Amino acid sequence: MALQVGGGHPQRLVEHALESSTSEQCIAIVEDTTSANLRWANNTLTTNGVMHAIDVTVIAFQGDGNASVSGTAASLEQVTALVASADRAATVADAAEDRAELVTGDAARNWDDPPGETSIEVFEDFAAQLGEAFAQADAESRILYGFVFHEVTTTYLGSSTGLLLRHVQPTGHYGCTAKNADLTNSAWVGGATRDFSDVDGARMASDLATRLSWGERRVDLPAGRYDTILPPSAVSDLMIDAYWSAGARNADDGQTIFSRPGGGTRIGEEMVNPGVRLYSDATYAGLECAPFVVAGGSSDRSSVYDNGFPLGATDWIRDGRLTSLIQTRHTAGPMGQPTTPAVDNVVLDIAGASGTEVDLVAGMEDGLLLTCMWYIREVDPQTMLLTGLTRDGVYRIEGGEITGAVNNFRYNESPIDLLNRYTHASKTVPSFSREWGDDFFSRTATPALRIPDFNMSSVSQAL
Amino acid sequence: MAQNEIDPTFLALPYQRLAQVALGRARDFGVSHADFRFERNRYQHFSVRDGALEGAQDAEDLGFAVRVILDGAWGFASGVALTESEAVTVAETAVTVAQVAAKMTSRPVVLAPEPVHEDVTWVSSYDVDPLAVPLAEKTGLFAGWTRDLLGAEGVDHATASLQQVHENKYYADLGGSSITQQRIRLEPHIEVHGADQKTGAFDSMRTIAPPVGRGWEYLTGDLFDFGTERAQLPELLREKLAAPSVHAGIYDLVIHPSNLWLTIHESIGHATELDRALGYEANYAGTSFATYDNLGTLAYGSPVMHVTGDRTTEHGLATVGFDDEGVEAQSWDIIRDGVLVGYQLDRQMAHTYGAQLNEGRSNGCAYADSPGHIPIQRMANVSLQPAADGPDTDGLISQVERGIYVVGDKSWSIDMQRYNFQFTAQRFFRIEDGQLKGQLRDVAYQATTTDFWGSMEAVGGPQTYQLGGAFNCGKAQPGQVAAVSHGSPSALFRDIRILNATEEGTA
Repeated sequence: MALQVGGGHPQRLVEHALESSTSEQCIAIVEDTTSANLRWANNTLTTNGVMHAIDVTVIAFQGDGNASVSGTAASLEQVTALVASADRAATVADAAEDRAELVTGDAARNWDDPPGETSIEVFEDFAAQLGEAFAQADAESRILYGFVFHEVTTTYLGSSTGLLLRHVQPTGHYGCTAKNADLTNSAWVGGATRDFSDVDGARMASDLATRLSWGERRVDLPAGRYDTILPPSAVSDLMIDAYWSAGARNADDGQTIFSRPGGGTRIGEEMVNPGVRLYSDATYAGLECAPFVVAGGSSDRSSVYDNGFPLGATDWIRDGRLTSLIQTRHTAGPMGQPTTPAVDNVVLDIAGASGTEVDLVAGMEDGLLLTCMWYIREVDPQTMLLTGLTRDGVYRIEGGEITGAVNNFRYNESPIDLLNRYTHASKTVPSFSREWGDDFFSRTATPALRIPDFNMSSVSQAL
Repeated sequence: MAQNEIDPTFLALPYQRLAQVALGRARDFGVSHADFRFERNRYQHFSVRDGALEGAQDAEDLGFAVRVILDGAWGFASGVALTESEAVTVAETAVTVAQVAAKMTSRPVVLAPEPVHEDVTWVSSYDVDPLAVPLAEKTGLFAGWTRDLLGAEGVDHATASLQQVHENKYYADLGGSSITQQRIRLEPHIEVHGADQKTGAFDSMRTIAPPVGRGWEYLTGDLFDFGTERAQLPELLREKLAAPSVHAGIYDLVIHPSNLWLTIHESIGHATELDRALGYEANYAGTSFATYDNLGTLAYGSPVMHVTGDRTTEHGLATVGFDDEGVEAQSWDIIRDGVLVGYQLDRQMAHTYGAQLNEGRSNGCAYADSPGHIPIQRMANVSLQPAADGPDTDGLISQVERGIYVVGDKSWSIDMQRYNFQFTAQRFFRIEDGQLKGQLRDVAYQATTTDFWGSMEAVGGPQTYQLGGAFNCGKAQPGQVAAVSHGSPSALFRDIRILNATEEGTA
């Protein structure tokens, strides 16, 4: 039941903007988004929603300056108003330090295709399974809390250079927390999906029951350094933080772990274990994302002049060596580097890794297996020291088997340091960050990593 | 303070007609409740670096939503086309969603009653709408500040930015309420960066100017002393770069409101949201140790601890006339004499718990951050009250033999039940025998909520009280952001665990 607006032809809004603008050059970006969600707690649905949004950004270029004006626009009249506002602002804009020739090109073959869409029906199978899971959880004294979300955004990007690009981006995820009746034992499962065809509510519920059974035996451990397996979700959390810190300008300005003491960046330096490859690839199977730059505004890591710039694969770290940082054309030139803008996915591969986190557990004599992390924040940019919590299941491993659940901990660790210290890694698999996957960054593939001395700084009483 | 009026360009939008159509269509289906919310939120953000503009963006979010209760289940839908046919479609979609939801809703939704507020208007307090000020004037002021800072000794780079928000909402429901509101808020950011040439260590120093519910006058008048603050930043940065690294251990802390607001936000504000205490956020933001069965008995902190919730403080970021369920703004006690006595509520929770908490009524904490999102319980301005004749900050510092004075917020993290937290700051000063003895580096304070507040020996007087706050408080699925203020005096805490962040990061 997607709500059709503007005749269902958002590309007309782009064309109208380009025709209406009186500025020397113009870029128009239309993002047509439909989304649906269900949320539950205490074995009952709590909130839900279906949404349709059309966001239009008009960037007008005049002389050395530009102006970016965005707004909700469902009609040609609203676009006309946005264009007039951008044109007006561009005539008095300050000079832009990142000014460059706009990206050129032709109309993409799929330009005239309609936008993709989703609706509440995408959850039809899942909702039925969830209803059954509620009944079973009630019967077996478990409590379920969770959320499913599906969104389809179609981006139409047009430029007065003649470039016309279209991209359809499905984004979806599911996550469910289960607790026992007295709220002393908690478990979580979650993942990303493009269309929900691969999400099985019954499997989700049974995995949660299994994990709660692991936690029936509770062991209290003090703060300290532990041999710890970070599952792909936890590694995803940490690699997203590392990726977000990888802006070239901030590194060059001396603000991050990627800054060279005395000035410049550490590109070219061996920073982590030689088996590490951290990269982005817009065509990575299952994590496909926009193959061109979409920039509503210029910042330390994006430039409106780069709109439409093609994105492929970029190695950020290869063979343990820092190979690239997030660059605009403006920052890349003076640094003598290729233009490597941000891509909307990130992948960590460890050379020679095989097996799964289950195999890592089987090979561990005495240690911990985490479920996921929470409330991760940067403490020190110089070392990229992060603090955060373990959440919803820290499991004790003895003799290669899970023997119980341990209290939660606050940790202090640097993702870059962990990439030097891991002793074992599993094969890379699609993963979902508990901390950042919901609203910011859901497209990751990561291995599980075993860290021999993970720093659990203090005990958290949270259950 | 000038009494401003609702922006005429908002008044010209067809929200009343769309409300009539949408609510009428919802009524056709026999809903027990329907509300209509129309919003236009305008944002302008710009950033400057070393005297030059880095980027500027204007954005506007315009649309409307219909929320219904049908057969005891919520249904919510939103749209962006400002036509009557779209209003009908969105209302019908909300009804369809409620029908789907009913199959999975095991406890019927009922709302606490609220008096009807018909045809009322509320506008926040400000002098100059920042979006009416030419962009070049604003970027010129900020670029000039960074240019001056760049010229100071030890400053390698200077950055600044300003986020400005102009929020208009119209709310109407089948009960007969119709409410039009306008709010203005600003968040300035100024920071200098430098490095120690000998060690290669780098660091930054940021202004402690809080975000506020004020207009452009905040940046040009004497409401905050930006001049002195800018003049001090380079020296504070040089001093920090040259400062000794802290010895980890147990210290007494005197915490300035520019830092303590965030500790209040995380360890009290979120912990006393009743939806968290009831488990609604268990899969995302988390729950709370301060569960409802502890009401009236939980020793949250020392007897000097008095915490209020309000949506009424002038210039507060969570301040409104009415919330997004048509409930009039109120203020109430959350912690009195160190004991938990209140929570933050919306109408659904007030139906079940309001009798004991607020005479059966919501205390007005429902908020949606955009027309496309459903209202949920969001944070009021949650504030620690000063002692009527309490000391000034120097008076608190004078009571410390060996301790640290903490100023300005930096990193923050707390667990999902709001027990264990860790914070850093812009500036940590060593206290020795009641005197400040220069800055320390690498400091982080870590504690458990009730231990921390239980160790609060004294709060400063009203002369130390300031509002801090943030624009980026996140909660709910799908995620929503909210702006909120927290008032606080300076306060003295005994025996707090201090970590050395560099040692923490060394394997």
